[in-house]
Amino acid sequence: MTLAITNLARPPLLAPVTLALPPASVTGLIGPNGAGKTTLLRAIAGLSAGPGTVTIDGAPLAAATRVRTLAWLPADRDVAWPMRAADLVQLGLGPGAARDDAAITAALIAVDAEAFADRRVDTLSTGERARVLLARALVARPRWLLLDEPVANLDPFHRLGIMALLGHLAATGTGVVIALHDLDLARRHCDRLLLLDMGALVASGTPAAVLGPAHLAAVFRIRTGPDGWEAVETQSG
Amino acid sequence: MTVKRLSWLLAALLLPLVATSLLWDPALLLAVARRDPALARTILTELRLPRTALALLIGGGLGLGGAAMQGLLRNPLASPDVLGPSTGASLGAVLAGYFLGGGVLAVALGGMVGALAALALLVALAGPVAGTATLVLAGVAISALGGALVNLALSLAPSPYALYDVMFWLLGSLADRSLPQLAVAGPLIIAGAVLLLAQRHRLDTLALGEDVATSLGIAIPRLRWTIITATGIMVGAGVAVAGSIGFIGLVVPHLVRPLVGNRPGAALVPAGLAGAALLLAADMAVRLPVNGQELKLGVLTALLGAPFFLWLVVRSR
Repeated sequence: MTLAITNLARPPLLAPVTLALPPASVTGLIGPNGAGKTTLLRAIAGLSAGPGTVTIDGAPLAAATRVRTLAWLPADRDVAWPMRAADLVQLGLGPGAARDDAAITAALIAVDAEAFADRRVDTLSTGERARVLLARALVARPRWLLLDEPVANLDPFHRLGIMALLGHLAATGTGVVIALHDLDLARRHCDRLLLLDMGALVASGTPAAVLGPAHLAAVFRIRTGPDGWEAVETQSG
Repeated sequence: MTVKRLSWLLAALLLPLVATSLLWDPALLLAVARRDPALARTILTELRLPRTALALLIGGGLGLGGAAMQGLLRNPLASPDVLGPSTGASLGAVLAGYFLGGGVLAVALGGMVGALAALALLVALAGPVAGTATLVLAGVAISALGGALVNLALSLAPSPYALYDVMFWLLGSLADRSLPQLAVAGPLIIAGAVLLLAQRHRLDTLALGEDVATSLGIAIPRLRWTIITATGIMVGAGVAVAGSIGFIGLVVPHLVRPLVGNRPGAALVPAGLAGAALLLAADMAVRLPVNGQELKLGVLTALLGAPFFLWLVVRSR
C-alpha cells in the first residue's frame, strides 16, 4: 500500500512534486515558514485545485471511502460551535455515521483526553482542544494520517506522548505524514524526512541525512551550537 | 437532552397550541352555539385551518431556515432577516404585485425569486469562507439596498390604495389568508424543509470547517447551493404569503441549539418545531383586539424578538 504523488503542484506556492510515501512509517515534512508544508499536505489530501495526481494503491481517492482512507488535520484549532468533545470526535467517523461510543472513547484515550469527553470545546485550553481534534482525525482508524503541526501548542509530556502514539500507529500499518517545526522531534520520531524550501522539495531521506549541517545552514539558517540551535546569520531588518 | 426527546417535547407543546388556534374564534363558537354545523365547518376549514397551517409552516420554515443558514455560514448572526433574503422576498413580492397582477402564485414566485437573488448575491459578495464581519456587512448592505428598492416601489405606487395594501402587507400578517395561499406556500415550504433536513449530518460536520468537511467526503459547493436554494424557497414563499416576519429565523436557533449540544445539524428539527410554535402563539396573540384592530404579526415578533436578541448580545459580551 503506497501513496503515490505525481507532479502535484499548487503554483505559485508549490513546485511540482513526485514521490511515493511508504506505508507503516512516519514521514516528517520540515522547512521554514512559508516553505510549502501545509500546501503540500492539503494537496495530498485533495484539498487544492492544482495539477498532478495522488493515488493510493494505484487508485485515486474515492469520496465513499475517504473517511477510512485518510484523515487530514489542519493546523488551526477552530471549531465553529461550542460542541462537546465527544460529539466533535464522532464527526471524524463521517457525516451521518452511526454513533460509535467505543471508538470515540478509544480515540480520546489515545490522546489522553478522555477526561474532557463531556466538556464543551470552548472551555478547553488550546492544547487540550488540539488533542481532541487529533482524536477526531484518529477515530475512523484511517490508513493514512495527514497531520499539520499535530503537537504545536502541546506541553512536553503530551508532545512526546503523541509522537510515541504516531510511531505506534505507524508500526501497526498506518502511513503517517506530519508537518513539524520541532527539528528535535523530527529527528527522534520520524522514519523519513522531506525537506521543503520556497515551495520546492529540496531533500528527502533519513533524518540523519536530511538534517545535516549543510541543509540546516542553507535552508533553516541555523547550526548546532553548545547550547542547542543557534542562528548562522543575524537577521537584517 | 437528546434531539429526539426535545423534538417530542416541542411537538407535545404544539398540540394544545394547534387545538386552541383551530377552535378559538368567536364566530366559530357562535356558529356552534347556534347549532349551525355548515357554518362551523366552513369557518373551520376555510379560515381556521389554513391560518393555523400557514402559521405552523411559515414559523417552522423561518426557524429551520435560520438554523440551516447559521450552520452553513458557521455564524450565529446568520438569519433570513439579518442577511437580506427576507428583504429580497419583500421586494420580489411587491414587484410581482405591481407588474404581474398580484395573484397568489405571482406574488409567491416573486417572493422566492427575490429571496434567492438576495442569498446568491450575499454568497457572491461575501465569498465562500466569509468571516462574521464580512458576512454581516454584506448582508446589511443587501438588506439596505432591498429596503430602499421596496421604498422606491412604494413611492411609485400606482394608487394610494395599492400603497396602503402593500404597506400593511409588509408589516406581516396571517389575517384573511385562506386555502389558495396554503395551497401555494405549503408544498414549497415542505419541499424546502425536506431538502434542508437531508443536510443535517453534513451541517454538523461543517462545524469543523469547510476543508475538514471536504476531507470527510462532503461536496461543499453542492451543500451550499442546496441550503441557499431551500432557504430561499421557504423564506420567499413565507414572505409572499405573510409579509415580513422578523426575528424568528434569528432567535429560534439560539434558543434550541444549546439544548442539543450546540450541534448545528441536530438543531434543525427542534428549530423548525420551535419556530412553528412561536409563530402560532404570536398569531393567536395578535388576534386579541387592541384598539379595535388586529396587531400586525411582524410587529409583534419584532417587539418580542429584538429585546431577546439584545439579551443575547449582552450575554455574549
